[in-house]
Amino acid sequence: MENKVKLELMSKSSNEAFARIAIAAFVSQLDPTIEEIADIKTAVSEAVTNCIIHAYEEKEGIIYVTCILKNREVTIEVQDNGIGIENIDMAKEPLYTSKPELERSGMGFTIIDSFMDEMKIESIVGMGTKVTMKKTIK
Amino acid sequence: MNIKYDEVDKLLTCQITEEIDHHTTEKIRRILDDEIERYIPKRIVFDFDKVSFMDSAGIGMILGRYKMIRMLGGSVEMINVKSNVRKIFEMSGVHKIIQIN
Repeated sequence: MENKVKLELMSKSSNEAFARIAIAAFVSQLDPTIEEIADIKTAVSEAVTNCIIHAYEEKEGIIYVTCILKNREVTIEVQDNGIGIENIDMAKEPLYTSKPELERSGMGFTIIDSFMDEMKIESIVGMGTKVTMKKTIK
Repeated sequence: MNIKYDEVDKLLTCQITEEIDHHTTEKIRRILDDEIERYIPKRIVFDFDKVSFMDSAGIGMILGRYKMIRMLGGSVEMINVKSNVRKIFEMSGVHKIIQIN
């Protein structure tokens, strides 16, 4: 079984809830547990929020969210054409945030990494970032 | 948000009634800060019974209020925290600073 959906969102914070609910609804055809769905919703919310706050710095931009289902495996890509990440290792550090003034906790990537089975971050400064995350529904 | 203040015990109870993310924290933060400044409570309880979703935006929001209340000499606790929300607090170590009942 293979299925795919692609969302294009304006980088507005009101779209964070839409993105995670839409992806959760799409994934629900695999009949995941409540906990699996909660984990996926949180991971999507973190990735989309990163695009809005960091990639586009709360300015206008487009966020692309793709979700692919292949057998029991869910792959979610969240991509932006924003400023990019200079130091990915530092961005992944728990509690590191480039925006402490916004009361950000610096836990976004740590949460994605622990709630999903796999996380990959690709970024080019000035071009954008793609976060790919995978989770197998048991 | 449902806010209750007990004058005798100087207890402020804040029941958050929506999902907590980067979008909603701005509004929640503004309401909470206003209430805290108005009452200067001795004790504040955040009721999470109606919070079905929270991402990492909630960590910063709660820790920010915690710092503020501690500075004013009050204590903080959280109640009715659902397992998916608790997981986020535990991962970030917030449960070691703020009591979850």
